Amino acid sequence: MSIDRRQFLAVGGSVVASMALAPGLRLIALAEARNPDQGVTNLKRWGILVDTTRCAQGCSACVTACNKENGLQQDVRLDIRPQWIRTVTLRDEQTGYVQTLPMMCQHCEDPPCVDVCPTGASFRRADGIVLVDRHICIGCRYCMMACPYKARSFVHENLHDQLPDIPRGKGTVEACTMCVQRVDAGKIPACVEACNYDGGKAMTFGDMKDPTSEIAKRLATEPSEEIRPQLALDTGVRYQGL
Amino acid sequence: MKFTDFREIEGRSLGYYALLALFGVLVLAGLYAGYYMETNGHHVTGMNNQIVWGIPHVFAVFMIVSASGVLNVASIASVFGRDMYKPLARLSGLLAISLLIGGLTVLVLDLGKPDRLIVAMTTYNFKSIFAWNIFLYTGFIAVVTVYLWTMMERRMNRYTKTAGMFAFIWRLTLTTGTGSIFGFLIAREAYDSALLAPMFIIMSFSFGLAIFILYTMAAYNLTGRPLGDAIMRRLKNLLGVFVAAVLYFVTVYHLTNLYMTAHHAFEKFILLNGGVYTALFWVGQVLIGGIVPLIILFHPRVNGGSRRMIAVAAALVLVGAFCQIYVIIIGGEAFPLIIFPGKIVSSSFFDGVVGHYRPSLPEITLGLSGVALAMGLATFAIKVLPYLPASLADADVDPHHKSKSEATEAAHA
Amino acid sequence: MKLKLGAWVTAVVAVAVFFAAAYAISGGPSKPVPSPLAGVYLGKGTKCVAPLSVMRRYHMQFLLHQRFLTVHDGIRTKRFLLTNCVDCHADPKTQSVLGKHGFCASCHEYAAVRIDCFSCHSSHPESTGANSVMALAPTNSRIAEMVKETEITQLQSDPVVASNEH
Repeated sequence: MSIDRRQFLAVGGSVVASMALAPGLRLIALAEARNPDQGVTNLKRWGILVDTTRCAQGCSACVTACNKENGLQQDVRLDIRPQWIRTVTLRDEQTGYVQTLPMMCQHCEDPPCVDVCPTGASFRRADGIVLVDRHICIGCRYCMMACPYKARSFVHENLHDQLPDIPRGKGTVEACTMCVQRVDAGKIPACVEACNYDGGKAMTFGDMKDPTSEIAKRLATEPSEEIRPQLALDTGVRYQGL
Repeated sequence: MKFTDFREIEGRSLGYYALLALFGVLVLAGLYAGYYMETNGHHVTGMNNQIVWGIPHVFAVFMIVSASGVLNVASIASVFGRDMYKPLARLSGLLAISLLIGGLTVLVLDLGKPDRLIVAMTTYNFKSIFAWNIFLYTGFIAVVTVYLWTMMERRMNRYTKTAGMFAFIWRLTLTTGTGSIFGFLIAREAYDSALLAPMFIIMSFSFGLAIFILYTMAAYNLTGRPLGDAIMRRLKNLLGVFVAAVLYFVTVYHLTNLYMTAHHAFEKFILLNGGVYTALFWVGQVLIGGIVPLIILFHPRVNGGSRRMIAVAAALVLVGAFCQIYVIIIGGEAFPLIIFPGKIVSSSFFDGVVGHYRPSLPEITLGLSGVALAMGLATFAIKVLPYLPASLADADVDPHHKSKSEATEAAHA
Repeated sequence: MKLKLGAWVTAVVAVAVFFAAAYAISGGPSKPVPSPLAGVYLGKGTKCVAPLSVMRRYHMQFLLHQRFLTVHDGIRTKRFLLTNCVDCHADPKTQSVLGKHGFCASCHEYAAVRIDCFSCHSSHPESTGANSVMALAPTNSRIAEMVKETEITQLQSDPVVASNEH
């Protein structure tokens, strides 16, 4: 059997192409699943996009999921109950237009809580997640004074039966971790998962620096806003339809 | 210049020991309150996720601000060369150190994790004003200790001016740091203003001097040492100037806010409809802590040159001071964050709602114990080291004073 | 005088305690050494993540190092992860490393070293999830989640990823 020139070119071309592309594919695979031995880098920036027009009043799927995932106790006085995510209802003073949206730590690029923390317990992980290192948190609550979004809670009492992956304790400050234990395991935050399962499919999670991710594509093509944009904090949580 | 005879107080009377015992009991009660708050968690206090800093912080800031201000008396002597204040300089330094220790103790015992103080001392984020303040506060104690040493050790006297200058600059930096704790907070309407740092400095002048006047009068009365009118008149006039200056800064602060439409809601809250905060502002801070003391201090027919009226004025200044810091810290927190301008906000997390706060007994006890610690330390120190001049009578302090007999002799000559 | 007496008593007691301790450590002639580990469940399997002598001396450093890696860098390799320790060392009866015979508590009580780990961290193993109602009786959602987790594990055992593991 003989092959003509056209067939030769086709086969040869595909072989060359696959040789050239394969390492690239491999790189993509590597970028997707972080080597567990290596730390997070700033090649990624995790973010959440909330489409408030799909956020139904009375729906609290994200809140319920967060409380369950993180083991936040609910039998606590309301004014000291930790709330990592909450639904906020807004009513326009002029027009009377009512809308609902979830509020949580906005995971700023330049977080005021990190600036004011005396010990560096409040910190921003390289991939954009803002966390409290409870090991060195002294419980001064300065970050709670500094947070423009009222996103942080202080643990006011002794806790029991914390979840193994979510250590929490009295005398330290806490907030939304973007479900860091899930993100590190390649999963999406509990609130986003619940919203897409039980809720209005209003939340999207992903790497804002990866141009192929859904969140990056939508941020590039659709209008979106930060809350309190005049503070120029470059938040990791963005909203649509505010 | 006249030689000042500094002497330890005798401190053997029943009254002295009773006073120390009272301070001791208060300090113990405060320690227990701190322990109680730490083991139970902050749910036993009135503080919550909305009002995160409560009455302990009011006490602490009050004392820390006063600590730097009380040093002013010494600075006037060493830095600005006013000889009449020299006999007062040692007490001024002593009160500065003890007030700062009292304030810091309250602050530390209120932490969620006071057992991790070592972490705060070893792990720093230098972008945080709190981290600077750890150095400014501990440094202040060291600097003022050296300053006191140069005053009290005769061979070191020639360095007093240098040390005094250094301490003066340090205390200005320290109060700037304290004011900036609030001034640098962009999140809240009440803060986010560079004006807070100079305002805290002028507040420290006023509060510190009021404490100094009261402590001196009490110490000299209880020990039966002579205290002349000349020195009291000077201190009285100085206090009046400071009280007026505080009122001026408060006016400018609120005028600035009133000019900015975005801050109208906050101004309305403090000045008109903030309930307890409005009352504390107008009655406590402005009337009791400002206008009334000014009238007492400057109107000759009201004070009639009476010592007692000076003491009353100083006490009122302190009441006003406490109200002022309460309004700044707790009023500032109680006013809800404006996260969504133009919207009426509601949520399960008290968004858009004025924060509620009722100080609990443990918190108040903790705060009071800080005051007791400061006063106790000073009262103990004046017994073991010579901080107080044996006499502050006019003839002993005023370089231009002439006694009646001297005056008549001069007239005859 | 009183003070001096007190100092003497303290010194004598201190010396006595020192010798007693030395005697206890050396084993003594006949009596069995009181071990903090009597009745303590030691753990699953036969080997720890590092030799026993190393673990005894350095486990706190390992934990301290790992805690920084985990919190700040998101590195959750199991070897020195506290949850991994608890998973293995928790007493199957109490499902805990604390309590009188708990692996961590018994020894630390004996050594009089107070640890603060478990005011925040769970003392229960993750695998059994003593504190997770869900895990006791796997519901459909739990099973679904377990399937998902297995998928993740498979992803991690992917040759491409695995080849980068040292």
